[in-house]
Amino acid sequence: MTDTTTQGRPEQAVPSNGKAPAIELKGISKAFGPVQANKDIAIRVMPGTIHGIIGENGAGKSTLMSILYGFYKADKGEIFINGNKTDIPDSQAAIRAGIGMVFQHFKLVENFTVLENVVLGAEDGALLRPSLAKARKLLTELAKEYELNVDPDALIEDLGVGMQQRVEILKALYRQADILILDEPTGVLTPAEADHLFRILDNLKAEGKTIILITHKLREIMDVTDTVSVMRRGEMTATVKTSETSPEELAELMVGRKVLLRVDKKPASPGKTVLEVKNLSVTDEAGVKRLKDVSLSVRAGEILGIAGVAGNGQSELLDVLGGIDHGTGTVELNGEAIDLTGKYSDGKSRRDRGIAHVPEDRQRRGLIMDFTAWENVAFGYHDDAAYQKNAWLMDNAALRAETEAKMERFDVRPPDPKLAAKNFSGGNQQKIVLAREIERNPDLLLIGQPTRGVDIGAIEFIHKQIVALRDQGKAILLVSVELDEIMNLSDRIAVMFDGQIMGERLPGETDEKKLGLLMAGVTEGA
Amino acid sequence: MDKMPRWADVFLTPLISLILAFFVSGLVVLYIGEDPFRAVSILIEGSIGSAYAWGYTLYYATNFIFTGLAVAIAFHARMFNIGGEGQAAIGGLGVALVCLMIPWPHWALALPVAVAAGAIFGAGWAAVPAYLQARRGSHIVITTIMFNFIAAALLAYVIVEVLKAPGQMSPESSAFNEGSNLPRIADFLRTLGLACEGRPLERVCRAPLNIAFILALLACFGVWLLIWRTRLGYEIRSFGHSEEAATYAGISSFKITMIAMLISGGLAGLMAINAVMGEAERLVIDAVQGAGFIGIAVALMGRSHPVGVFLAALLFGALVQGGAELEFEIPAITRDMIVVIQALVILFTGALDNMVRMPLERMFLARRKAG
Repeated sequence: MTDTTTQGRPEQAVPSNGKAPAIELKGISKAFGPVQANKDIAIRVMPGTIHGIIGENGAGKSTLMSILYGFYKADKGEIFINGNKTDIPDSQAAIRAGIGMVFQHFKLVENFTVLENVVLGAEDGALLRPSLAKARKLLTELAKEYELNVDPDALIEDLGVGMQQRVEILKALYRQADILILDEPTGVLTPAEADHLFRILDNLKAEGKTIILITHKLREIMDVTDTVSVMRRGEMTATVKTSETSPEELAELMVGRKVLLRVDKKPASPGKTVLEVKNLSVTDEAGVKRLKDVSLSVRAGEILGIAGVAGNGQSELLDVLGGIDHGTGTVELNGEAIDLTGKYSDGKSRRDRGIAHVPEDRQRRGLIMDFTAWENVAFGYHDDAAYQKNAWLMDNAALRAETEAKMERFDVRPPDPKLAAKNFSGGNQQKIVLAREIERNPDLLLIGQPTRGVDIGAIEFIHKQIVALRDQGKAILLVSVELDEIMNLSDRIAVMFDGQIMGERLPGETDEKKLGLLMAGVTEGA
Repeated sequence: MDKMPRWADVFLTPLISLILAFFVSGLVVLYIGEDPFRAVSILIEGSIGSAYAWGYTLYYATNFIFTGLAVAIAFHARMFNIGGEGQAAIGGLGVALVCLMIPWPHWALALPVAVAAGAIFGAGWAAVPAYLQARRGSHIVITTIMFNFIAAALLAYVIVEVLKAPGQMSPESSAFNEGSNLPRIADFLRTLGLACEGRPLERVCRAPLNIAFILALLACFGVWLLIWRTRLGYEIRSFGHSEEAATYAGISSFKITMIAMLISGGLAGLMAINAVMGEAERLVIDAVQGAGFIGIAVALMGRSHPVGVFLAALLFGALVQGGAELEFEIPAITRDMIVVIQALVILFTGALDNMVRMPLERMFLARRKAG
């Protein structure tokens, strides 16, 4: 908060070629303690273009956008909006400067209508009616102009995520945003919904709006952006025209070395059935059926991929099989039934039966973030005789030694067993979980979102480990919302929608479009 | 790492907080027209300035070690056991019953049985809130507070209606059998061949410090072993850090909630060994005297670590003992003023911990960056 006086009092900057860039950042630096999150970032985005920002987790994309939206103040550097030097001390100033932001996690009031959410915080006066009327009129216009159709009187909680995202965009447009920042917008969308979003973005671009798209999906960058900037470790490593680059080059720029985007794997040679699920149903506490008569089987030496938009029952499936949730139906492992309720339906009983589980949310479930790496290596297996010194005490020294060995085999960096889990990067955290679960030599591995929040370099390693486990003749049930990952790793693909299996496909005989239809609950033509 | 050195974290921060607390206390003393420097010197002299003072300070500290450990164990399982007061009171009932009902020939025989009784009664009193939390989700803070009141009422009833000696006016049981009286510091000195008659030992021999202090030290070590070296401790800590992760690992929340609270209640109950069996040698109606609540401050300040709990208990023991001396020497400083000073210590070391910690952390970071 050094000089808030210049805020809203822009200085004229000299545009280089007559047309000023919509956004120009010069020498932006930001440090959090010893961590340099942004280092001397320079970027120019011309009006009426879609600019992609791509980078691994922790590369500094979100920090940069937070600076632009006034959440953080940069330590150094200048921001120019349409050629005018602008101070953005808070998000109100960002909105005044014409910047709108669509967050990854929506900021909507669930039990308000669309209209109320759009107006919230931008009311014209003490009475709501005039603002609501104005918003209703504008919403109708916007819907026509940009394919942004939403029922203005619907409650947010009744809308799907795709619709909710549109409300977020409408909110920004209602505040007269000319520059729209979207943070990982397709993470929760089906391919069809994502396509619709990109059409909307194209329409907005045609109207002269400027769009910044933050994503880690190379395909989206290639499909929709005009220019793309790559960030690595807080620095802007390159800005290129999208038409002049390739996914491979971008991946290399992101990671700093050549990356294999596809997994090399031999065809599967499936053996006997390991997991047989019949009519599995789960009802949640509110009485809603989250899983509806799901039946599937996984054989030894094969990977069954479960595709689907997040929240369609995949998590419940993993939870029941992993002993976290209760269910009804029958589940057999190697021909013997496992308990779905009662004393022997917990995670420990599952592990005893040879089911290992890499949970979807590693930070809340798979690890205890405040525990050291070696404490986490025992997690779930702390009753193992190898970890006990005698009847009373645990053998912490043996655990530390084992952790050290595991860290070397799984290339965990830094290889320090005494470091707390929270101090490792996402990829290294996942490697710790994988090392723990895979090296138990399970018959069945449940693995959810194996590479969520994991950097590209580590994705490659993790995929190789999963395929290697398959080749050892283990059964693997893979759940992922990343279609690429499902297509790449699976030997068979089952698609879930609304708690049901919509169908099974072979990866060679289907494509993302057809899977996308199934993911949206459409069986015809898929 | 983005952390300051361990010594600064564990010692420097509480020390600065403590100095701040004393500074504000000094202002309060100044306000009522007394000399704060004299007050502080009486406080220190009266709590750690003589062997006699230590005899009392350590006696109080023993109480706080037990109740502090009780709260700390529950903290590790992310439960706030406010019920130490009631658990200690009921633990006292258990100890008293053992001492009254059996004519013990020697304290060494009485002690293990009394320890078991105190722990079982204390744990039993914690069991009901624990069960309600584990099975029915009734919040443990609310239920343990309510159980403090029930314990006080129950104890008053039992003492007045059952245990009170006939003809006795005050609400207390008859004195325990001689054989169950625990050896005190005086007995210890005598076995060393030191006479209690004449200076300087005469006053020390009146101090209530007794063998329960050794028991408290053992409890510290036992808790440390339990929390950081055993499977059960591992499960308790896992559960405390993340219930969701614990469920994933197959750790039963019912089991951990029950066990952690039973251990907690048992430790609180053990306080009675010191206060009832060691000091009063009879069951009085207010044997706990707020130690259950001070245990919360002790556990907070000691960061739920047995060593921290020991040091914090020592501090609060010194505050109580020094406070009593202060009250005696400067009549203007009343019992309530002592409570104010204790409250300031709790406020600064517990609630306002980050006020000192954050600037310190920034200072260390800045120094590291420069260096």
